[in-house]
Amino acid sequence: MARAEPIFANDQDTGQSELAQRLARTWRQPKGLWGWLCNTHHTDIGVRFMVTAFVFLVLGGILAAMIRLQLIRPENSLMGPDLYNQVFTMHGSTMIFLFAVPMMFQGFGVYIVPLMCGARNIAFPRLNAFSYYLYVGGALVLWGGFLTNTGPDVGWFAYVPLSGPAYSPGHRADIWSQMITFTEVSALGVAICIATTILRHRAPGMTLNRMPIMLWEKLVISIAVIFAMPAVMVASGLLLLDRLVGTHFFNPAEGGDVLLYQHLFWFFGHPEVYIIFLPGAAIISTLVECFSRRRIVGYTPIVVSVVATGFLGFSVWVHHMFATGLPQLSESFFTAASLMIVIPTGTQFFCWVATIWYGHLQLRLPMLWCFGFFFVFLIGGLSGVMLASVPIDLQVHDTYFVVAHFHYVLIGGALFPMFAGIYFWFPKMTGRMANATLGKWHFWLFFIGFNITFFTLHFLGLRGMPRRVYTYGPDMHWQALNVVASSGVVFMTAGLLVFLANVFRSVRVGEIAGNNPWGDAGLEWSMSSPPRPYNFLHVPTVSGRDPLWEDPPNQPVVVGLRDDIREILVTHSLDADPQHKDEDPGPSIWPFLSAVTVSAAFVGSIFTPWAVPIGAPFVIVTLIGWLWPRGQSPTPRPTGESWLH
Amino acid sequence: MNATRNLASHLLAQAQALDPGHHHMLHPAAPQAGHIEWLYWFTFWILFAVFVLMIAAVTRAGAKNRVVASSPFPITEKDEEGDRRAGWAVGAAIGITVITLFIILVLSVITGKRVEGLTSKNPVTIQITGHQWWWEVTYPNPQADQTVTTANEIHVPVGTPVVVLTNSKDVIHSFWAPNITGKRDLLPGYSSAFWFQIDQPGMYHGQCAEFCGLQHAHMGFSIIAESVDDFQVWKQQQLKAAADPSSSEAIRGREVFLTHACLMCHTIRGTDAGSRLGPDLTHVASRNMIAAETLPNTAGALAGWVIDPQRIKPGTQMSPNPLAPDDLQAVVAYLQSLH
Repeated sequence: MARAEPIFANDQDTGQSELAQRLARTWRQPKGLWGWLCNTHHTDIGVRFMVTAFVFLVLGGILAAMIRLQLIRPENSLMGPDLYNQVFTMHGSTMIFLFAVPMMFQGFGVYIVPLMCGARNIAFPRLNAFSYYLYVGGALVLWGGFLTNTGPDVGWFAYVPLSGPAYSPGHRADIWSQMITFTEVSALGVAICIATTILRHRAPGMTLNRMPIMLWEKLVISIAVIFAMPAVMVASGLLLLDRLVGTHFFNPAEGGDVLLYQHLFWFFGHPEVYIIFLPGAAIISTLVECFSRRRIVGYTPIVVSVVATGFLGFSVWVHHMFATGLPQLSESFFTAASLMIVIPTGTQFFCWVATIWYGHLQLRLPMLWCFGFFFVFLIGGLSGVMLASVPIDLQVHDTYFVVAHFHYVLIGGALFPMFAGIYFWFPKMTGRMANATLGKWHFWLFFIGFNITFFTLHFLGLRGMPRRVYTYGPDMHWQALNVVASSGVVFMTAGLLVFLANVFRSVRVGEIAGNNPWGDAGLEWSMSSPPRPYNFLHVPTVSGRDPLWEDPPNQPVVVGLRDDIREILVTHSLDADPQHKDEDPGPSIWPFLSAVTVSAAFVGSIFTPWAVPIGAPFVIVTLIGWLWPRGQSPTPRPTGESWLH
Repeated sequence: MNATRNLASHLLAQAQALDPGHHHMLHPAAPQAGHIEWLYWFTFWILFAVFVLMIAAVTRAGAKNRVVASSPFPITEKDEEGDRRAGWAVGAAIGITVITLFIILVLSVITGKRVEGLTSKNPVTIQITGHQWWWEVTYPNPQADQTVTTANEIHVPVGTPVVVLTNSKDVIHSFWAPNITGKRDLLPGYSSAFWFQIDQPGMYHGQCAEFCGLQHAHMGFSIIAESVDDFQVWKQQQLKAAADPSSSEAIRGREVFLTHACLMCHTIRGTDAGSRLGPDLTHVASRNMIAAETLPNTAGALAGWVIDPQRIKPGTQMSPNPLAPDDLQAVVAYLQSLH
């Protein structure tokens, strides 16, 4: 029962039919700069998240190159400690808060989740747009600070008391704290949008056990975000109170506690690792299934693993704090928990390999990046097993061994899947294929450069080089290894330039892709590339896990949604039965204006606590505008007629 | 005697400065680091085997049923036999993973106990207090005049357990000598203790491992492990008040020291200088290095440091001292007389 070209109602959408034109008129986004600011469609916001996050990947990469240049020889005078501390803090903060989460969770999630669900837009599209502008606000605050010599210089983790008022006068640490507030509110907003979309806007028939693994992972991540982000917002909020209004939460001299901050920070910080890695794993699951040309092996074990990872991710935070001298019993508990998380991750890995083994591999460009992921992430995962062991961790903690480990995990777990995902969905986003030859050059340059740089750092760590040192003495014998590590940067930069050239070239002259160039199974491939403003001509129904592979040619579609207003379907969260219709709120300037007033209040509170009461009325005014009733009669609730046609 | 010993330790320092092994976690000089090294290599070889197996599996899987990339290859929808066999393979792999992890967990806990458990009741106790950016080292004694206070250079007797009590005066630092044992954070507001024992005489380098601000990079220390007799000699010498300088230049140096900013921060026992903000200089000349292992303890380095420490460690708490050249020379001569 093999079929290469499924027949599917949305396949036939050329945009010419009367229905298509009416839908296009209804779902049209306004044009021009004003329209750009009003836009609330998830494909546009998703691409914006990705492009913005990519800009910060490049900026963070430039900072990384500066770090490697500084360490290329002992007693280097390129940067002093003041600038160097800002640079490595900015590198970490940019990569985590402005690149990894906005790209892997928000960018891919906002773009793909509604398409995979069969929805015409994301849930709460205005909140989604608001989250994007708030993210941009946080990014501008952080980089604005850095470019005016007020960049944070206390590390991306900003441990107290170093970041407290006594040891970090000025506004550098405040900028870091407020940037956290911005980006975390943004991530929380998107988490709510994505979780709601997955739970309430799935196509009829897409029961929980038929959801693509990608949707499972996005759901788990959204919930993890909702639980993890408040911890760091409490940490940075209390820090800000200590700094601005003279509280003593973290001041040991007044009975405050410096370890409390670490617990709060890492209760966020470790789940954060999975918030970054699970989207990568989701991309790998999707691609492995597509390019192995068979159903994925172990759907249930993979889903269970993903959920387990989400839970276990919250029980391992203390392994960042082994060196603080906690009791041995609790250290053993967290060693066991940290080792346990290898089991779900390993399970996913085994299932991917088994899928390839029992399938028929097509080694196309995105799959090449998956193999890069296998190699790189495996090394990072295995060195992670070492770090879970308390005695070994006490030696390698805060050395370049750990730097090597988490770059293998994060670049392996996020950047390699990201490039795989970009090459995979590039045709969907742009309508054109990315050039495979340039993509292969990109891969090999990046893969080789990455391993030269980061494998070498393991040895530096074993030789005792601590992290975050702006220089080192010639008698430490660290220079040769540092030179090797720095040389890899040349290859990675070249790879990145090839990628950019490929994107700019392929967007204009790439081969026209068509709806489903890879022959994948997901609903997002049933529509035209790029998707039209209404996504689906007919909201689809599904009857299996891999709709485009296994649904029969006469698979029904949903009718009865009005085409003169932006009507969307709300389905049951478990079995995706249609429940009622709702109306998408449509484009609006208010999310942007709200983000501006909220940003102004946040930025003002760096300088005076009065910014909060003064800013609040403006925020309230913009929120009133946002929530102002539209004067249309609400869509009638269903009266029991049949939805399926 | 002192001179000979100092010369010997200087030579030792010179020799070891050339040897990358004096700051390397896989060159253990203490049983603690030895246990960890054993665990490291054991885990490493297990994980290396896992790596080889996994890469072999990925490669084999990728090469097994390759199909031409460009053809629209049909989808295998139902492959129950494959699913069943894959299920067994994945299950077996998970089982092996669980067993491997359990072995690593047990060995890790056992090693942790061996590293942390104190076996002797007669240890030498050292209080280490972190400062931005140097280490205050105290050998506490119930009798105040039997307490030794020094900085950045830790002398310990070989073959004797050493209990280290930790604390910090300002921000979080982390005490780490890779050849000796794992690191321990020095947290303000928390006191904690750990122990080690060094069996091989020698000098071992250590460095702050927790980011602590501008001069985190220049916050080194050294541990000098010597025979019990040598250690006692050193300790008795450290207990003495500073010797009165004998040369006229050094005498003038003491005057300069006591009439300038120096005494605002430093202690020299036996003089009026008694502030505890900076390192105790009573026996500064007995140390190999100055400025937390940043510079050798030579006349030139001392002079450069005293005149403008900000040039050497930008951001350091010590302010520049624009002394007249002969005053500077006198102070350096005085400091060099403080054996």
